[in-house]
Amino acid sequence: MPEAILSLSKVTKQFGALLASDNVSLDLMPGEIHALIGPNGAGKSTLIKQIAGEIKPDSGEIRFAGRDIGELDAVERSRMGLARTFQVSSLMPEFSVLQNVVLAQQSVSGKIFRFFKPVLSDASLLEPAMAQLERVGLADRAQMRAADISHGERRQLEMAVALALKPRAFLLDEPMAGMGPEGSKNLTDFLGGLRAEAPILLVEHDMDAVFALADRISVLVYGRIIATGTVDEIRGNDDVKRAYLGEEA
Amino acid sequence: MTMNRETILNIILAVLLIAVPLIAQAMDEPFIITLATKVAIFGMAGVGLNIALGYGGLVSFGHAAFFGIGGYAAGILASHALNYEPIMSTPFEINGTTQMIVIWVVALIASAVIALLIGAITLRTSGVYFIMITLAFAQMIYYFAISWPAYGGEDGLSIYVRNSFPGLNTLDPLSFFGLCAVMLGIVLAFSAVLIRSRFGLALQGARQNGQRMMAVGIAPFRVRLVAFVISAMITAWAGALYADLNRFVSPSMMSWHMSGEIMVFVILGGVGRLFGPVAGAALYIMLEHLLGSTFEFWQLPLGILLLVVVLFARGGLIGLLAGERKHA
Repeated sequence: MPEAILSLSKVTKQFGALLASDNVSLDLMPGEIHALIGPNGAGKSTLIKQIAGEIKPDSGEIRFAGRDIGELDAVERSRMGLARTFQVSSLMPEFSVLQNVVLAQQSVSGKIFRFFKPVLSDASLLEPAMAQLERVGLADRAQMRAADISHGERRQLEMAVALALKPRAFLLDEPMAGMGPEGSKNLTDFLGGLRAEAPILLVEHDMDAVFALADRISVLVYGRIIATGTVDEIRGNDDVKRAYLGEEA
Repeated sequence: MTMNRETILNIILAVLLIAVPLIAQAMDEPFIITLATKVAIFGMAGVGLNIALGYGGLVSFGHAAFFGIGGYAAGILASHALNYEPIMSTPFEINGTTQMIVIWVVALIASAVIALLIGAITLRTSGVYFIMITLAFAQMIYYFAISWPAYGGEDGLSIYVRNSFPGLNTLDPLSFFGLCAVMLGIVLAFSAVLIRSRFGLALQGARQNGQRMMAVGIAPFRVRLVAFVISAMITAWAGALYADLNRFVSPSMMSWHMSGEIMVFVILGGVGRLFGPVAGAALYIMLEHLLGSTFEFWQLPLGILLLVVVLFARGGLIGLLAGERKHA
């Protein structure tokens, strides 16, 4: 069996009396989409934040690309190849759509402290940035301000920024949130093809998308993973039905 | 390429700034030339602050410290040279100088070092805390200058003869104005280039969304620190010129009033607008001159104007005349 690109072992995080992550262990294998589902408040976003390095777990280990990344901050983890999107779009509102991607592109190039050459005439940044916009279908919005595009388009832009980072793993926090049915379907098709590029840890509420995409699913309830398995295994799991799917139906 | 309204407005402002002292020269009104020189110098100080405040969103309330460091670089070096006293004699001798170019280099290096130290501490805070801690550092430097008797303490230092620049009679008001205007032009050009560069994009990103910056793998702190240092250096350069304009430097150049004034230039003219600080400084000095001579409480209408700008015209004078800012 190949080695996991990302692996959490016994990650625990407590906020006062609330146990947000309770001994969470999970793996992201090369080439897979691993969906993380669970009711609201189960601690999915908190887990993503701990993986991305925005908050520190109380205990447990997070390994990425064969290395313990517990001491690395969010910037260093991103530079190692961990690209995340946000549940609520987090972009540069005053920048154009293209500038948002160019910023990520110049981070990948590793050359930020250049003070003279105009960034928007630098083909080595513009061309790959435009290519990412074309992939997510936003090329015709390139010159619009990020604040002025639609909600669904901002979700697409989040994806383009993550793609520009050329990551070794994606952390996608509810990428379909607030998208219309057509948008969700397009994004589902797109993510399906993306797993070959880099594996995806996918937090998502849209069950159609999860069942269509996931190679494996982990179910998080009150900070604890109650089951991990294939789509069929999770569908047939009684605990999951009781704790989660049953409630929804 | 068609020019947008802001570019046209900037050209008009530049032409006016150059035309006014030329006309004043023809009409034998040297005082007007001095006012225009003040606009150029204050504009330059504001261009410096605008890099931190306008592009980086770093509301520094301590830029007078850098303005004063530039001023004292001019004053200290000149006083040693004019009194034939070496600055230090052991282990080797360092003498003062009356050459502006050397003074500027010293001002730029000194302000860069101090801004690096202040920035490394203050930039770990944000918002109101950043405002207060930059003010606190500036006040520390202010009181240090007051209590340093070797260089005049509270009374300040006189520069008996304006420092010199190769090939120029700096004592001639119009020549000195020309020198200041060229320096203003240089920092404006630098600022315009900087903001379109990779660094400029990162700086404006850090202002808008620190979380997103970290997610794409750029540490906002380093970007802000470099911007803070560049910003301080430009303001210090202006300070060196200001000391030479007045042929006098005193701790008042470092007082919090001065920090506030530099901030007023930027806000009046338009935060984050290239020519904003120049427009703001011009308006401020015109108001001071026109109202100040007839009305003792001239700062009252200034205060009201500032209030109106902050409440209703966020883009300042430039925003009012040229419309909202286009994305960079």
